[in-house]
Parts: sequence; C-alpha cells; structure tokens
Amino acid sequence: MFDDRSPIYQQIAEKIKKDILYGDLTADEQVMSTNQYASFYRINPATAAKAFQQLTDDGYLYKRRGIGMFVSPDAQERLRAGRREKFFSDVVRPMVAEARAVGIDLQEIIHHLKEQA
Amino acid sequence: MSIEVRDLRLRFGDVDALDGLSFSLAGGKIYGLLGRNGSGKTSLLSVLAAFRRPTSGEVLINGAEPFENAGVVSQICLIRESGDVYDNERVASVLRAGRQLRRDWDSDYAEKLLERFQLSTKKRVQSLSRGQKSALGIVVGLASRAPLTMFDESYLGMDAPSRYAFYEELLADYTAHPRTFVISTHLIEEVASLFEEVIIIDRGRLVLHEESDALRGRGVTVTGPADVVDTFVASLTVLGQQTLGRTKAATIYGELNDTQVRAAKLAGLELGPVALQDLFVHLTRAEAEGIVR
Repeated sequence: MFDDRSPIYQQIAEKIKKDILYGDLTADEQVMSTNQYASFYRINPATAAKAFQQLTDDGYLYKRRGIGMFVSPDAQERLRAGRREKFFSDVVRPMVAEARAVGIDLQEIIHHLKEQA
Repeated sequence: MSIEVRDLRLRFGDVDALDGLSFSLAGGKIYGLLGRNGSGKTSLLSVLAAFRRPTSGEVLINGAEPFENAGVVSQICLIRESGDVYDNERVASVLRAGRQLRRDWDSDYAEKLLERFQLSTKKRVQSLSRGQKSALGIVVGLASRAPLTMFDESYLGMDAPSRYAFYEELLADYTAHPRTFVISTHLIEEVASLFEEVIIIDRGRLVLHEESDALRGRGVTVTGPADVVDTFVASLTVLGQQTLGRTKAATIYGELNDTQVRAAKLAGLELGPVALQDLFVHLTRAEAEGIVR
C-alpha cells in the first residue's frame, strides 16, 4: 500500500485528495477517523493524524468538534483548478517528449486525440 | 513514561555492550529500537527494565532511576525473546502470575488475546511451539498494560498471520490505552509504519533518533557516470557507493532540495529512493560510523 519514496503521511494525504478529485469522496461527506485509518492500514495513529492535519490546514477537510472530519465543499473545485494548471507541464510535456523519443509525430497524436474525443 | 539515557555504559568483562549511549524520549508513543545483532538492543532494554545496573551513566524513567526501585519497576514490563515464560508452568498459571504481579493487568483482555492467538490455558509452556511461546509473551506484555511496555524481538518464530495479529492488537490497545512502548526489531520493513519514532543503535552507541515516517524518502541513490556522480555528491553525506564499469551508484543520506534535483537531472544523473531496510543497512555499516548526527 505505501512505498518508501515519501513519508506515509504524504501518501495518505495524496490518496484522499485523489478520492476527492475523482468524486469518490464528495462535499460534506465524513472521512474515516484517524484511528480507523491507522488500524485499517496498520500504521501509527500519529502518522495518520499528521495527514489529516495537513489536509485541514490546507482547507480540503474541515473538522466538526466531537463528530469528525468532512470534505470541504470547495475541495474538489480547488483540486481540479490546481491539477488543470499542472496538466500541460506534468502530463502533456512528458508525453510529447516520449513521443519524440520513440518517433511518433505530432499529427499522429492529434489524430488519435480527436478520435478519442 | 519518559525515558532519559545519559552517557550510559554497560560493560561485560572487557566488552562495552553499551558505550556512552545518550538519548531522551518524551513517552506516550510507540518507539522502534533498531540495530543489528549484537548492537546493544537487549543490553539497553535490560537496563531500562532494571534487570541490570549500568556500569556508569544514568537512566531515568519518569525522572527516577529504575534499578532496585520497586515503585518504578512495577510500572515496567519487558518481554524478551521467545516470550519470557517458564517451561514447566501451565498457560493458566502464567496468566495468574501476571494478575498478581502486574499493577495494571487486565484479565479480560488477556483471555481475549489468548483466544486470538489460539492458546489454550491448560497447555504446559514446554508443549508450545516457539511461535506459540512468543505469542504467550505478547499476551503477557499487552495485558500487563504497563505504562512502559517493551518487547525485545518478541515475535521470533511467529508466523506472518500471528505477527500481523500482534501489530493490530498493539495499535488497537495503544489507541484505547495510550502508554509508552519500546519495540526492538531488525525486521524494519514490516514494522516501521507502527512506530512514531525510531532509535537506531550500533555497537552500543546512538546512530540516529528520528521520526519513523521522516526516514522514508530520507535516502537517495544517485546513479550515472562515475566522475559526474563524484562531483555531484562531493558536498553530500555519502553512505555507500557501488561501481559497475563506468557507472556509479552512490547512496546519500538527506533530502535533496529542488535546485539539487534540477542540477542532477541536467547532469544526466538518475535519482531513486532507498528502501528503509537498505537505509538501515547503510546506517549501521562499520564505515558509516559518525556520518549521521
């Protein structure tokens, strides 16, 4: 489930953000508690807590005292905006570089994209 | 319970099992004690549990020396390898002893754990397999609910499902009844995610005391042409290096900043992560001594 490339708390935060982005977690939906998360993934509760702390600090989740943590109403839109900005640098540019390296020309890619759309 | 270790030495004959060890733990967390065989893990735990008196230096548990201090010792439970149980007793009498000796013992929880590990109270300890003896030790350690509970490689001989049952019970019971755990191991990959902090010792000395999760991503391998790698790592903490033909792979300790990552990519170097187990091997190798502070 978790790899050695980065701290687990960051991997948890990324996973929850992805769930929000893809709509698996929706606005005002309650997320698992720190302890549920810790026992499910067999990790130290402090590690799970750190992930949730970061998500609430960044405004993707909000706390309701004594009840739990919930997805912020604007979380999905904010994540989408952030990912849109990076789409060309993170997704398109490496794809173009790969296409050049293996000898696929740009027209072929455009043709392929139009067919898919 | 807080643990303060200051310049601790433990000498056996002319060997220093602990050689000027110092660190301090705030308590209330699950700590991992990591080290190779013979690094001093068991010696350290024996001193913390007041089984041994230090040759010199100081150990303070919640501010008090544990040795010959009944008030402190009654709050400490150390389970050593293979469970720390006597062969000619029955399981039931091991539990009775726990109930009588341990201040915070929980009999209901002990029963529940026995069931979970499929141990019968009627059996004699000597008829248990090594893994079952270890599991019985785990039961005693967890049910003792001691404010300072320590397990010294206590999972030896336990199969994977039993070890995972131990990890689950540990996390669940720690969450319900927060206390201080110190768990020694060399199976890092499997247990690192359970720990909040780790202490790595080697040859009786402290190598590292760090948040466990922070160690992930803390090692980086730099691979490329030997001369380019050498230039790049010149000012970095190098834990080890390997050469294959003209290619060199150096393992460095620490995180690279964005500028360094860009510089590496521009120079045509490949950067990769280091598995926790590998990082541990590098950190506790003879040559690595004194590199990391």
